[in-house]
Amino acid sequence: MFSAFMVNTWLAASMVAVAAGLAGFFVVLRGSTFAAHALPLGMFPGAAAAGFFGVDPFWGLLGFAALGVALLSRLARRQRHDVATALTLVFLLGLGTLFLSLSGQYAQSVFSLLFGEVLGISSAALASLGVATAGVLLLAGALFRPLLLSAASPDLAAAQRLDNGVLEILFLGMIALATAMALPVVGALLVFSLMAGPPAAARALTARPVAALSLSAALALATVWAAIALSFVTNWPVGFFVGTLAAGWYGVGKVSKESSYFFEKK
Amino acid sequence: MQTALAVSAGAAVVSAMIGVFTIIRGQSFAGHALADISSAGGAGAYLVGVSPMLGFLGVAALGAGALEVLGVGRARERDLVTGIVLGAGLGVTALLLYLDVTTRSTSGAAVSVMFGSMFSIPPGVVAPALVIGAGAACAMAVIYRPLLLCSVAPELAAAAGLRSRLVGFLHLLVLALAVTLSAMTVGAILSTALLIGPAAAALRVTRRPGAAIAVAAGIGLASAWGGIWLAYDSYGWTPGRTWPVSFFIVSLIFAAYLLSGLRRRAV
Repeated sequence: MFSAFMVNTWLAASMVAVAAGLAGFFVVLRGSTFAAHALPLGMFPGAAAAGFFGVDPFWGLLGFAALGVALLSRLARRQRHDVATALTLVFLLGLGTLFLSLSGQYAQSVFSLLFGEVLGISSAALASLGVATAGVLLLAGALFRPLLLSAASPDLAAAQRLDNGVLEILFLGMIALATAMALPVVGALLVFSLMAGPPAAARALTARPVAALSLSAALALATVWAAIALSFVTNWPVGFFVGTLAAGWYGVGKVSKESSYFFEKK
Repeated sequence: MQTALAVSAGAAVVSAMIGVFTIIRGQSFAGHALADISSAGGAGAYLVGVSPMLGFLGVAALGAGALEVLGVGRARERDLVTGIVLGAGLGVTALLLYLDVTTRSTSGAAVSVMFGSMFSIPPGVVAPALVIGAGAACAMAVIYRPLLLCSVAPELAAAAGLRSRLVGFLHLLVLALAVTLSAMTVGAILSTALLIGPAAAALRVTRRPGAAIAVAAGIGLASAWGGIWLAYDSYGWTPGRTWPVSFFIVSLIFAAYLLSGLRRRAV
C-alpha cells in the first residue's frame, strides 16, 4: 500500500482532499451542493472533447469548467438557482455525449472518470496539482470574509458594496478548480460528496467559522485516506467509499447536534 | 424507431406535467438526484438477476423515502440533504457497477445507464413503462389542486386543513416514478432535461400552471421527436455514424428555453 508507485497517489489524494474540504465549507455555507455536483459532472466530458481535438485532457476539463461557470452565473441572473444549475448541467452533458460518440472513447475509461481510480500519478501531474491546490488555498483565504458575510447577512454585505455577481463567479471558479483536481482520483460523480459530507459534519460540530473550516479539511482528508486504503485492500472503486463515508460524516454531525439538544437544560 | 417515438413522447408529456411543480417547489436537484440514484437499482437488478424495472423503481422509491425522512421539505437544508443522499446512492452505484463489470464483463453498462440508448429499448419494456407513466399522470391529476395550494401558499393550505407534508411526499413519490421511467428508457441526462427544460421555458412564457403544463408538454414533445428525427438524419452528415440523439434533444430544449426568454422580454 505504501510502495513507491503509491507515494504519488497518497500525495495527490491529500492535496485533493484539503482543497475539496476547504471549498466544501463554502459550498455548504451557501447551500450550493447542486452546483458542486453539476460542475464536475458537466466537466467530465471535457476530457472526451480534448481527445477529439487532440489536446491534453486537463485543458479539456478546464475549458468545460469555464463554460460551465460562465453559463451558470449568466443563467442564474434571470432564473431560480436550482433551475439554472439543472439547465447548465444537461447542456454540458448533451455536448459531452456528442464528443464522447465522435471521439469513440472506451467505456472503461469513461467508467474510471465517473467513479474514480487509484491510478499511478506522474510527478509532472503532481506539480500541476500543487499549483491548483495553492490556487484554491489563495481563493479560500481571499473569499473567506466576504462569502461569510454575504451568507450570514446579505443586507450587510450589500451595504458594504460587495458585488454579488463577482463573488459568485469567484466562488464557482474555486469549486471548478478544486473539482478539476479531484476528478481523476475520486471520479466526477463523487467529488461533490466530498464537498458536502465533511463540511456539513464540521458545521454541526462547531459554530466557529475558522474551526469549522479547518475541521472540514481534516475530515475530508480522513475520508480520502480511508477510502484509498480500503479501495487498495478490497479493489472496489474509490468512489463507493468516498460516497458512503461522506454520508456517514453527515450522520455523525446530525447525531451530535440532536444529542446536544437532548442534553441541554430545558 | 416507433418504440423510441412512443416512449419519448410518454416521457416528455409526463415529465412536463411534473416538472412545472418541481420548479415551483424548487426541487430540481431532487428530480435530478432521484434519476441518478435509480441507476443503482438498475445495476443491482442486473447483478442479482431480477427485472431491471423492479430495481429501478424500488431504489427510486427508497430514495424518495430517504429524502423525505431527512427533511427535504425544509428549504434551508434541502440542497445539502439531497446532496448527501445522492452521494451515498452514487457510491453504491459505483460498487454495483464495478461488481457487474467484474462478474459479468459488461463495461458498457455504466455508459448506457448514464446516457441512455433510446434506439435499443427492448420492446417488452414499452407497455409497462407507458402504463406506469399513465399511472403517474393520473396520480398527478388527483393531487393537482392540493399540491398547487401547498406549493404557492403554504399558510393558506394549512388553514384549509391540508396535510401539506403528505401532499409533498406524494409529489416526491410521483416525481421519483416519473424520472425513473424516463431515466430507464432515455437515460439520466435526458430525464433531467425533459423534466426541467420545457417546464422552465413554459413558466417564463405563462404564469398560469395549467397553461404552463400544456406549453411544457408541447415543447418536450417537439424537442424529443425533433431530436430523434435529426439523429436519424445525421447518418448522412458523417459517413457511417449517427450523432447521439441525446445531444439533439438537449440542444432543442435549450434553444426553446433561450427563445422563451426573448419572448418574455418582448412582452
